[in-house]
Amino acid sequence: MNHLLEVKNLQVSFFTYAGEVQAVRDVSFTLAKGETLAIVGESGSGKSVTSKSIMRLLTQTAKIKQGSIMFEGKDLASLPEKQMQNIRGKDISMIFQDPMTSLNPTMTIGRQITEVLRKHHQMNGSEASRRALELLDQVGIPNPEKRLKQYPHQLSGGMRQRVVIAIALACDPQVLIADEPTTALDVTIQAQILELMKSLQQKFDTSIVLITHDLGVVANMASRVAVMYAGKIVETGSVDELFYQPKHPYTWGLLDSMPKLHEKTEELHAIPGTPPDLADPPIGCPFAARCPYTMDVCYDHMPPYTEHSDTHRAACWLQDSRAPKIDRPQAGGER
Amino acid sequence: MPKETQNLDALFKPAAARPDDKEKITRESLTAFQDSWRRLRKNKAAIISLVILVIMVVLAIIGPWIGHHNYYDTDYSAVYQKPSADHWFGTDKFGRDQWARIWQGTSVSLMIAVLAAALDLVVGVIYGAVSALLGGRVDNVMQRIIEILTGIPSLIIIILLMMIMKPGIITIMVAMSITGWVNMARLVRAHIMKLKSQEFVLAARTLGTSNGRIIWKHLIPNTIGIIVINTMFTIPSAIFTEAFLSFIGLGLQSPMASLGVLINDGFASLNSQAYLLLYPSIIIVLLMVAFNILGDGLRDALDPRMRK
Amino acid sequence: MKRYIGVRLIYLVLTLFIITTATFFLMKGLPGTPFDEEKLQQLPTEQRQKIYASYGLDKPVVTQYVNYLGNIVKGDLGTSFFYTGQKVTDIISGRIGPSALIGLQAVLLGLAIGLILGIIAAYRHNTGWDYATMIIAVLGVSVPNFVLAALMQYYMGLKWGWFPVAFWESYSSSILPSVALSVGVVALIARFVRTEMLEVLEQEYITTAKAKGLGFIRIMFQHVIRNSLISVITVLGPIVVNLLTGSLVIENIFGIPGIGSLFVDSIKMNDYSTIMGITIFYSAFYVLVMLVVDLLYGLVDPRIRFASGKE
Repeated sequence: MNHLLEVKNLQVSFFTYAGEVQAVRDVSFTLAKGETLAIVGESGSGKSVTSKSIMRLLTQTAKIKQGSIMFEGKDLASLPEKQMQNIRGKDISMIFQDPMTSLNPTMTIGRQITEVLRKHHQMNGSEASRRALELLDQVGIPNPEKRLKQYPHQLSGGMRQRVVIAIALACDPQVLIADEPTTALDVTIQAQILELMKSLQQKFDTSIVLITHDLGVVANMASRVAVMYAGKIVETGSVDELFYQPKHPYTWGLLDSMPKLHEKTEELHAIPGTPPDLADPPIGCPFAARCPYTMDVCYDHMPPYTEHSDTHRAACWLQDSRAPKIDRPQAGGER
Repeated sequence: MPKETQNLDALFKPAAARPDDKEKITRESLTAFQDSWRRLRKNKAAIISLVILVIMVVLAIIGPWIGHHNYYDTDYSAVYQKPSADHWFGTDKFGRDQWARIWQGTSVSLMIAVLAAALDLVVGVIYGAVSALLGGRVDNVMQRIIEILTGIPSLIIIILLMMIMKPGIITIMVAMSITGWVNMARLVRAHIMKLKSQEFVLAARTLGTSNGRIIWKHLIPNTIGIIVINTMFTIPSAIFTEAFLSFIGLGLQSPMASLGVLINDGFASLNSQAYLLLYPSIIIVLLMVAFNILGDGLRDALDPRMRK
Repeated sequence: MKRYIGVRLIYLVLTLFIITTATFFLMKGLPGTPFDEEKLQQLPTEQRQKIYASYGLDKPVVTQYVNYLGNIVKGDLGTSFFYTGQKVTDIISGRIGPSALIGLQAVLLGLAIGLILGIIAAYRHNTGWDYATMIIAVLGVSVPNFVLAALMQYYMGLKWGWFPVAFWESYSSSILPSVALSVGVVALIARFVRTEMLEVLEQEYITTAKAKGLGFIRIMFQHVIRNSLISVITVLGPIVVNLLTGSLVIENIFGIPGIGSLFVDSIKMNDYSTIMGITIFYSAFYVLVMLVVDLLYGLVDPRIRFASGKE
């Protein structure tokens, strides 16, 4: 299979005064042309760090310790910074979580869009402005001529996120990394932005890596899902596989914690406990301490991946032939 | 892989949850104070400054008594003596012992600075806290007053005040504090205003916590850091102001000694007796540097968010 | 925006009025007179009255105050007690030149060096460059400017003879005092720029700029330095204060015929009218600078520009 992006055995650590924090521990996944891969997990699971590693936008305290990120025959993990600059914003671009802070407050919208065009397409001023106008129109910003000359604080949050998307799509990137693109927005605006991303993706055949903790967004947008927990991918598969035949108890917990409209219970299901401290990660399954089905083996041995289909894999000892047969409680295929 | 998994066969049975594991806290928890102290201790420059300050304070207290002379006796047979075994820092134009005078001056300067800072603290904190806590029209009026006061170049006012009041320690202190508290008041007010709108205070209020308890348990502990930091920076600037006033002839008068008086005297006889200027200058620079670095260190330690 | 300036101007006038009033009554409360008391007592009463009358001192204090305010509005700060017969405004304007030259040179020098140091320190955060800059900054705020000036005059002027001493003769006389005065400015600016730049470097929009694939230099100049410098305008106020106080002692030490030395001399001579004149002059200057700083800031920072001018 021809992959556009292939991340293999990625390990990223932060070196803090409290010691090494292993934020990403041996993560592998692939991304095909035109597909949307969602990476889900709770805060601190390493999903954002993974996406920043692909862009090589980690802070100075973080290091890619091991692994490769193959893109068009180049390993981004070890590419010199100068060459990386030619990829960023052109072949791979990124949308950030908070449109309130991700735009430069003292620069006009126009400048911020044309900047990237001038850099990668060597456009002159008027060409770039024309293209910027076109982009603003494409992302659904009314009155683009006026907006070009305005500053970020004069736009609403939703409008700003549209500008961020315009910047990201300016050079027709092959991969778009969206790090919680709708988390900071109103629910009504969220849907609009997601619709916009979807329609633009179809138009330009862009591949998207969508980082989120919102399973609703996943169901709406993604074709494949990777579930991250404590710096590891614990389960990955197509959206249908994940939602209808989840194998990992953590995935079960995630799905159960989604409020469901047609259920009459007033109770919200939460996963008890907290994720492990990644400065001192457990040697066994990271979810063992919180898992209701823990076996002795879980604590001291890392579960291997078991394959359930070409696309569906999970890392859980319950899938081992020696384990007792345990089914997901309250029928998983409900949705 | 299969070989290894073989040995695991016995382990495939449900395990009792290890409850202590579920919410294991792996790092020791520290109180805010312990945490700050630990951060401060790591800051070598701040600790060195602290040590220097302690030494200076001790010398300022005992210094005048451990030499061979006191600070006010004149001896016209021994004027302008170079530093020697008898007069460790030499003598001035009246034959007074510089060693004793310098430490006497240091203690006077320190006292003025610390007292002025304390006065600023009391007035500023009360004004700022009252303004922020009462809010509304009172706050509005109090803020207008502050706005006008900050529009006035304070040193000029201090100079005028020094001219009409009798020179002395209390005078300098009062003159400096008349405008000095404004800064503290602004900081405290801004900080409390910010805290008041923060969610943990709103939460406490929602839970029916009394005003007194909110002030005592939430506002004060969270404001202390900024008060301490600001005081640490007020002290060196007060040392400077005192020296400045004495230097232009408006501070303490001889035979009283302060670092400013000594520097002024030293400057007068600079051409022949450079040491008279040099030693008090070194002391004042050491004091100011130590206070500033310690202030920086405290700021980093008490408020890591302000850390740079 | 217009309303804002209007309010600010009202405050400005109010502040100046308060300062003038305070100064006037403080001066009235001073012990002693600016005259040579002994000589004055020897004069016949009639002549003494005449002298008092010529300064308007024979009238009740309130009348004197009203007259003084009236004269200020007309731009008249009264007559000097010491420089007999000279108008205070004339004395001050005759002294502005040297003070302005030194002050301007100090600001330019301080800005240039401070900016360079601050930018290097932030860019090379936590390296030797950074530490060296911080040491310079701490020394700059810690070494009292009169100590520095005195030592500079002693070593560079007297001992090594590099610069003229204690005379205002040629341009070279302005070099040492300008340098001495600029040290505080360097420290203020370097420290401020460094903190500000480190702050900006952590902002998300810098990550956005990096994600665009912009090069290091581009990001530094277009985004980081540009945004940091905007707020440097806010330290102009403290800088002016620094220069004013500095000039009082430094002009004295280097024997410069500027306003600072005039002020200190007037204090020593009990020349009330000149003291009051300079106080009002300084205050007006300071208040105006603060106003200009605020307006400038609003002009340069689009967030403020539009927030206050949502017409």
